[in-house]
Amino acid sequence: MSFKRKTLAASIALALAVPLGAQAADSAELAQIREQIKQMKESYEVRIQSLEKRLQQAEEKAVLSAEEKVLSRPSDAQNSGPSTQHSALASSAFNPEISLILSGTYANLSQDPAHYRIGGFLPNGGEIGPGQRGFSLGESELVVAANIDPHLRGQFTLAVTPEDTVAVEEAFVQSLGLGNGFTLKGGRFYSGVGYLNERHAHTWDFADAPLAYQAFFGGQFKDEGVQLKWVAPTDLFVELGAEVGRGSNFPASNRAKNGSGSATLFAHLGGDVGASHSWRAGLSLMRTSPQNRAYDDIDSTGAGVTNSFSGNSRLEIADLVWKWSPNGNPVYTNFKLQGEYFRRHEDGDLTYDVNTANNTDRYASAQSGWYLQGVYQFMPRWRMGLRTERLDSGAASIGLIDNGTLVAADLPAFAAYKPSKNSLMFDYSPSEFSRFRLQFAQDKSRPEVTDNQMFLQYKMSLGAHGAHKY
Amino acid sequence: MNLAKPMKWLSGGLLALLSIPAFAALNILACEPEWGALAQELGGDKVSVYNATNALQDPHRVEAKPSLMARARGADVLVCTGAELEVGWLPILLRQTGNPKIQPGQPGYFEAAHYVRMLEIPTRLDRAEGDVHPGGNPHIQTDPRNITLVAEALAKRLAEIDVANADYYRQRHIQFAARWKTAIANWEKLAAPLKGIPVVVQHKGFPYLENWLGLKQVAALEPKPGVEPSSTYLSGLLGQLQRQPAKMVIRAAYNDARASEWLTERAKIPAVALPFSVGGSERAKDLFGLFDDTVQKLLAALK
Repeated sequence: MSFKRKTLAASIALALAVPLGAQAADSAELAQIREQIKQMKESYEVRIQSLEKRLQQAEEKAVLSAEEKVLSRPSDAQNSGPSTQHSALASSAFNPEISLILSGTYANLSQDPAHYRIGGFLPNGGEIGPGQRGFSLGESELVVAANIDPHLRGQFTLAVTPEDTVAVEEAFVQSLGLGNGFTLKGGRFYSGVGYLNERHAHTWDFADAPLAYQAFFGGQFKDEGVQLKWVAPTDLFVELGAEVGRGSNFPASNRAKNGSGSATLFAHLGGDVGASHSWRAGLSLMRTSPQNRAYDDIDSTGAGVTNSFSGNSRLEIADLVWKWSPNGNPVYTNFKLQGEYFRRHEDGDLTYDVNTANNTDRYASAQSGWYLQGVYQFMPRWRMGLRTERLDSGAASIGLIDNGTLVAADLPAFAAYKPSKNSLMFDYSPSEFSRFRLQFAQDKSRPEVTDNQMFLQYKMSLGAHGAHKY
Repeated sequence: MNLAKPMKWLSGGLLALLSIPAFAALNILACEPEWGALAQELGGDKVSVYNATNALQDPHRVEAKPSLMARARGADVLVCTGAELEVGWLPILLRQTGNPKIQPGQPGYFEAAHYVRMLEIPTRLDRAEGDVHPGGNPHIQTDPRNITLVAEALAKRLAEIDVANADYYRQRHIQFAARWKTAIANWEKLAAPLKGIPVVVQHKGFPYLENWLGLKQVAALEPKPGVEPSSTYLSGLLGQLQRQPAKMVIRAAYNDARASEWLTERAKIPAVALPFSVGGSERAKDLFGLFDDTVQKLLAALK
C-alpha cells in the first residue's frame, strides 16, 4: 500500500510538476507558439473575410448582370456606379436611334380633290390640298439619328409616300456644343423660318398644314444648304439664325449656278410668365431669286400653256406661340395658342407661253395670309382644337395685261381671290406614342365651290423615344 | 494730347471686365428640384442654381421651353436624374444651345442615376409594358440613402469642375453628410411603424421609398406605368383590396388627386399626397423638409 500510495503521490506531484516545469522551462517557446497561433488565426480571418467579400461580390455581380442583361447604359464621365460588361451587345451598342412614324387617313370630301387649287395663288407643285378621298395611307417616316463623334450629330429622315415613292425628307449633320451658343447645320433640312416649318407632320395639331404653308411653300420649305444659329447668353431666350441654300424648292427654283438661290434670317424670343405660361415669338425673312419658275395654266381659248417667272421673291413671317398649363404641368390640362402671318412680295419678269408665244413683261405682286389656332387638352389624353385661316392674293400688276398683249382671262391663276378655311378637330392619345384624330373643315380655297371635309386619322410613333421641339 | 491716362483707364476697365467670370458663381441647371436643392447644399454661395422643373410638374412630360433653352446656354453644370427621365426635352436643350460644357461625357454633365443602385430594371423592353425606362425606375430621390450617394458624387464633381473652390465643396459635403446621416437615423426611427405596411400607389413612382421604409406595395392604380386604368381593372383592384386590405394610397404632388380620391371613397383608406421633391409641399422647403414631411405624412395616414 505504501508503495502504491507513494507512486500515486509521486505521479500527482509529477503531473503537477510537469506543466509547472514546462512553463518554467519553455515560457519563451510557448509565447512563440501562441504568437504563431495568433498569426494563423489572423491570417485565416483575413482570408475568410476576403473569401466572403469575393463571394458577396460574385453574388452582386450575378444579380446585376441578370438585371441589366437588356440594358446598355450610356457612359457618364466618371462612372463610379455599377459597371457591367455587355459583350453580347457590343456589336449593336453603337446602332443609331431609329424611329418610325405610321399614319393613315380616311377622308370624306364634298369636292373632288383632283380639282383642288388655292384661288389667286400660283400652283407650286407642292403637297397641297386635302389628299385622296376614302381610305389612304399617309406618309411613313423613318428617322435614323445618332451622334457621329464628339462634335457632330447626324439625322436622316426618309419619307415613303402612299404612291410608293421614296423621298429624303431630311438628311443633315449638326454640330454638338460648338460653344458660345453657336450651332451649325448642313445638308437637307426644314428651314428654321416660321413656327410650324421645322416641325414634322406627325407633330402637327391638325391633319393638314395651314393654307398659308400650302400657298407660300407648297407645304413646308426645305432646302439644301447650311444654317447657323446663335443663342444669346441671356435669361430671356434670344435666338438668331441664318441660312443659305440651293433654293431648289418653291418659292425658289432649281438653278444650275454657283452660289446660293435662297437666304433666310430669323429671330426668336421666348420665356416664361410665371410657372403656368410660356411663349415664343419669331420674325423670319426669306429671299429667293427664282429663275424660269414654271407653272401650267389655261388661257382664254381653253388651251393649256406653260408660263414662267424670273425675279425676286421676298417673304416675311411673324409667328407667336403661347402655352398654358396649370403650374406648368401639361399632363392633365393645357392650352396652346399659335398663329402665323405671312407676307410675300414678288417682282420680276413673267413669260407667257414659254413654248410658243414666249411674251415677257414686268410682273409684281403682294400676297398675304395668316392662321390662328387654339388647341385645348380638356382632360388627360383628349384634346380639341379650332383653326381659322385667311389668305389674300392681292391684285398682281402684270405688264402683259397692262400693255394689251393679253387679257386677264389668259392668266386665270392670277385672278384675285381671298381663300378662307375653318377647321375643328378632336384627338385622343392613348399614350405618348399614339394618336387618333377626327377633323372637320370648311375649305373655301376655290373661288367656285366650298369643300366640306372630314378626316379620320391615326399617327403612331414606333421605336426610340423622340424629343420634341417646343 | 497725352493718351497714357485714358489708355490706362481703358486697359484697367478691360481687365475688370475679363476678370468678372472668375468671381461669378458656377451656373447649375438642375433638371429636378431635389438636385437643385442638393447642389445648393453643397455649393453654398459659390453656385447659382436654376431648377428646370418644379415639384408640381411631371419631369417626364415638360417641354424644351424657350426659358430652359436660355438657361442651358449659360449653364456650367447640368444636374439631372438621367435614366431617360428627361428624354423628351433634355436632348433638345443639349443639341440646340451649342453649350460644350454640358454635353454627355463632359464633367458638366451629371446624371444622379449613375451613382445609385437602380430598381425595377425591366427584363423585357417593350412599349406594350407601358412607359418603362430601360435604365430602371428613375424616381431615385425618394430614398435618402440615394441622396447620400449622389451628394458624394456631386461634391466630387463640383470640386473637379471648380478647382479653385474644391476645398469649399469638400467641407460643405462633410458637413452635409454628417447632418444627413443623423437625419436618416432619426427618420428611420420615426418611420419604424411603417415597416411592412401595405400601400397602394397611384403611379409606380415609389420603389425606392418602399425599399427604404419597408412599405409593401400591394397594388397600383395604373395597370402599367403611364397607362390609364380601365373600369374593369379598377373594379378588380377594389376586389383585391377587400381580400388584401391596404392602409393608404400614395401619390406624388404632381399627380392628379382624382384617382386616389376615387379609391379613398370606395376602399375607405386615406389618400396621401407626398411632396416627392423639394417644393412639393409647404414643409418640403429643402431636402430635410422633404423627408420630414414624407415620413410625417405617412405616419399620419397610419393613425
